[in-house]
Amino acid sequence: MEIMKPLRSPVHATRSHLELVVIVLLLAVFTSLARAQESPYIVTYDHYLEEPGSLEVEYFSTFGTQRGGNDFHAFWTEFEYGATAWWTTELYVDGQTTFNDSTIFTGFRWENRFRLLEREHFINPVLYIEYEQTGGADKILKEVEGHDVESDYAVPNAIARREHNHELETKLLLSKTFRGWNIAENTIATKNLTGGNSWEFGYAIGASRPLALKASAHRCNFCGENFIAGVEIYGGLGDRYSFGLHDTSQYLAPVAAWNLPSDWTLRLSPGFGLNDKSHRFLLRWGVSREFSGFGDMIARVFGGRKQ
Amino acid sequence: MTTVRMRNGPMITATLVLALNIPMASAQGERNTSGKKDVYAELAKAPKKAVARRNPFEGDPDAVAAGEKLFGLHCAECHGEMAEGGRKAPSLLADPVQQAAPGTLFWILTNGVVRHGMPVWSKLPEPQRWQLVSYLKSLAPAGKSP
Repeated sequence: MEIMKPLRSPVHATRSHLELVVIVLLLAVFTSLARAQESPYIVTYDHYLEEPGSLEVEYFSTFGTQRGGNDFHAFWTEFEYGATAWWTTELYVDGQTTFNDSTIFTGFRWENRFRLLEREHFINPVLYIEYEQTGGADKILKEVEGHDVESDYAVPNAIARREHNHELETKLLLSKTFRGWNIAENTIATKNLTGGNSWEFGYAIGASRPLALKASAHRCNFCGENFIAGVEIYGGLGDRYSFGLHDTSQYLAPVAAWNLPSDWTLRLSPGFGLNDKSHRFLLRWGVSREFSGFGDMIARVFGGRKQ
Repeated sequence: MTTVRMRNGPMITATLVLALNIPMASAQGERNTSGKKDVYAELAKAPKKAVARRNPFEGDPDAVAAGEKLFGLHCAECHGEMAEGGRKAPSLLADPVQQAAPGTLFWILTNGVVRHGMPVWSKLPEPQRWQLVSYLKSLAPAGKSP
């Protein structure tokens, strides 16, 4: 199979790397690190938003098996910023490698989450609105909706990448934490804005709990409080004209997160397809780091506020 | 099928995100400074049932030590290393906080003061929130605790 040409020239690539180095240096100099109690979910969202002024940089990978095609490794980077205590905004950049095929950039997403109620309630709703500009070759499976099935992902990259989608994705996130357990349910409604596509639906449900609820008095790597384990289940619910579970893919995935005292969070999640329309196996992992005071840093760099 | 040029899309979007949001966060910080009295006023909004709750770790020195560690991890960034307050968040050494009942502080931690930029902290398990309360109450000068 033909190897795809790189999207960018070497000059552009060098410039991008320089920009990245400058950004990382700025982050290192002007921001401090914060250890948050990060959720272990990879697909499901709970109702907790990013802390105001903090930037969380996350990298995730998904390895997926593919019947009738080549296995793949999809990956994405997230830049999650706490604009206020009730609004978090996030930029995703996606790509994938299909084995024996090629590695390509597959698009970007801009996500916003809005906390709807001021205080904690029995159930806490958050409104999620995302705009996606992704190619047909996107395989990150960040959510499953409509009649997305395994065979959709068997198309070679050279063909799949010709399709470009503009999608509006909305979710209602409902979540509750009780006695250390977090239970979260996400209802998904997506509309492809290109062509006359109908609304598609999906869901994700997660439950998780730290291994220890009490914090130890000393700094430690392997304390139970640093580990959160759980499970998530997600899948499509068809579309406006054929709502339901038929011809949809469904997954069950144990999840685990390790919030390291050295300021990193690691996540791991093996996922299993629950029917013949699903990938048999998805292995996901992620690493993230939170930078507090990012908003202040930007304000200082651009001649704003004095500390 | 629609063809779209995506090469500059992420950069444009990132710029838009930053341009839109950083002034919001900055403005919120300024509001927090000017509205510290309002933040303390939130303490009075705790329901009686919440105020009456007792700290299960009262008198436990380990809880104070654990709370100090948690404070360093989650709170010091805004409230200052010594809880003295900062540009973004008020002092926790001030009388309204130190004279508040443990149940009131627990309620504030759980619910946050979202309008003034303090996030909800119910993601910390309940025992950890009580450990934080233990630490905050340990900061009171001798004889000033209720």
